[in-house]
Amino acid sequence: MSDRLLHPRVATGLGFASLAALVVLAILALDVAPPDAVQGDAQRLMYVHVPTAWLAYLAFGVTALASALYLWPRTRSAVWDRLAGASAELGVLFTGLTLILGSLWGRPVWGIWWAWDARLVSTAVLFFLYVGYLALRRIPGAGREKRCAIAALIAVVDVPIVHFSVEWWRTLHQQGTVFNQELSAEIHGTMAVTLWWSVLTFTLLYVYLLDRRYRLASLEAGREERELATAIAERLAEADPEPVEAGATR
Amino acid sequence: MSLLRETALVAGKDLRIEARSRVALYQILPFGGVVILLFAFALDPDRGILPRVAPGLFWVAVLLAALLAVSRSFAVEAGNGARDGLRLSGLDGSSIFLGKAAAVALELLALEIVLGVAVALLYDVEVHAPVLVALTVVTATVGVATTGTLYGVLAAGLRVRETLVPVLLLPVVAPVMLGATRASEAAVEGVPSEGWPWVALLALVAALYTGMGMLAFGPLLEET
Amino acid sequence: MSLAVRLRSAVCLLGRYPALAGADLDVREGEIVLLSGANGAGKTTLLRAVAGLVPLYSGTGEVLGHDLVRDRRGARRRLALVGHETFCYDDLTVGENLRFASRAAGRPADAGDAAIERVGLTRQNGVTHGRLSAGQRRRLALAVALARQPDLLLLDEPHAGLDAAGRAVVDAVISAAPSEGRTVVLASHELDRARALAGREVVLSAGRTVAGVVEPELARA
Repeated sequence: MSDRLLHPRVATGLGFASLAALVVLAILALDVAPPDAVQGDAQRLMYVHVPTAWLAYLAFGVTALASALYLWPRTRSAVWDRLAGASAELGVLFTGLTLILGSLWGRPVWGIWWAWDARLVSTAVLFFLYVGYLALRRIPGAGREKRCAIAALIAVVDVPIVHFSVEWWRTLHQQGTVFNQELSAEIHGTMAVTLWWSVLTFTLLYVYLLDRRYRLASLEAGREERELATAIAERLAEADPEPVEAGATR
Repeated sequence: MSLLRETALVAGKDLRIEARSRVALYQILPFGGVVILLFAFALDPDRGILPRVAPGLFWVAVLLAALLAVSRSFAVEAGNGARDGLRLSGLDGSSIFLGKAAAVALELLALEIVLGVAVALLYDVEVHAPVLVALTVVTATVGVATTGTLYGVLAAGLRVRETLVPVLLLPVVAPVMLGATRASEAAVEGVPSEGWPWVALLALVAALYTGMGMLAFGPLLEET
Repeated sequence: MSLAVRLRSAVCLLGRYPALAGADLDVREGEIVLLSGANGAGKTTLLRAVAGLVPLYSGTGEVLGHDLVRDRRGARRRLALVGHETFCYDDLTVGENLRFASRAAGRPADAGDAAIERVGLTRQNGVTHGRLSAGQRRRLALAVALARQPDLLLLDEPHAGLDAAGRAVVDAVISAAPSEGRTVVLASHELDRARALAGREVVLSAGRTVAGVVEPELARA
């Protein structure tokens, strides 16, 4: 069971559920929910921007937790390493999306492509933390899993520090931006429902994609293990007169 | 042997190598100086921005120099199987970490004193609140040195380490950059009360990464 | 008499390549054991595995009472490896390097001085490592090991690159080991010399030990 996260039927069901939820979201966000009094239709970007931001941090949390489980001797398993990597790839995707959407949102409302708002800046740092982690994952060699796991934990400790220090910094130089409003303003009625639906939808999507990416990683790892077993068998056969069957262990 | 003695042994070894090879003196310090100079080219001294941005520029220059210092710290261990030697030595991973980080920190402190004077003179900056500045410099330097040493050992055996360490280290020390600059600005503007909270943050980061380094350095050294 | 080294079916990987593919080894305290075998047979990897530098992919091992699977760093303070590198720093002098090595191992600082004399590098005490010749470095590698005053001495082709005087030094150190309470495992291609020193020979072939204990006179050339 370590080659996938979800039972195949569950995974397929989840895939369809995500798709359906996205369709519903589109209807809710673009049609049912009312336009914002101040920002007009541009404010609807919130229904994608907020969930992607949430997932950016959730994915990182999963990576960090999986890394910790890998490092802990009693729970050490390649499963956690693969999960950490899969979640990080999704995380960088959602983080990038958050930044792009934040930029797209700011433009029509405030006329700027980028605001040095606390949340955006923290997200930008998070983006680079992810990128660094993924760069590290690509480097092969002994101890790769341990190296990446430790790097993930070092980074995750940094995330709240970054968040807090940037938040503090930006509130000292107060700048009201679009983003302050989305959660400080009162959101009720259909807007609130849509927002919660969007978070749910994207979370389902994340879990589905995580499972798929994890399975891919498992397949890759399986192939590597088979190659290793063959190499060991060949090495043993160098000394033995009779050939040893690939995959057999002493 | 106690942690302190082992740390002193390793730090002493690194500092003696520096005294002999003078890499920090003849290469890293001039690098810092040139960066300070280039900022003036980029920002045009006549427009009067330099004094206002001086603290930030100073810390960027320090951070870039720190990348070199960390790289050097591990380049020293790259030849003659020295890393194997460290592993075989029986020294505790925490001691090696503290020793190397301390050596890097001391080199950076010396560099910061020189660069600080240069910035004050070249950018026409007056510094009030020397105690604030001193504590800012110490806590920020410890934070950068410990984090840098941790990533340095992580990347030590890898062929791509020179390009990898910067991309790993810089986002993580962003809060140090932030805190050090804000605290320095407070010192320059003569409002030290605004700077002290940032120093507290710097101290927290320094303590945190020192702790993490002590835990992770040994295992990471084994893997590289 | 207790065992200084005990390996059973040890498999060690270098990357994905199984450099050791099932090695068995027993070394009693105070013994001098010779590891022989063709290039690439796994002698270096076996020595490094005993030193705890290479983890066991499978199999079991115990070195100086420390389990190699659970605690491969445990025995390091009490052993020394003389490999192809000197483990020294180019910018430090011979004396400084040795002092670092001995103090790091928890030995008195003058252990380094004694070691320099024994290998005949006294005149190079103040020379920086970067300026040493290849042969001098080989002697220094041995001195670094001796400065640590190890209970177990692992030697990887210690005669290679040495002149006649240097080889005599190595022979003297190995011969004196049992009386100093030291166990020696050496890997060598200089079979005539090594067989004269060793009490026992173990042959490695394609990553595996071949038929355990072989008396020197009966070993195949």
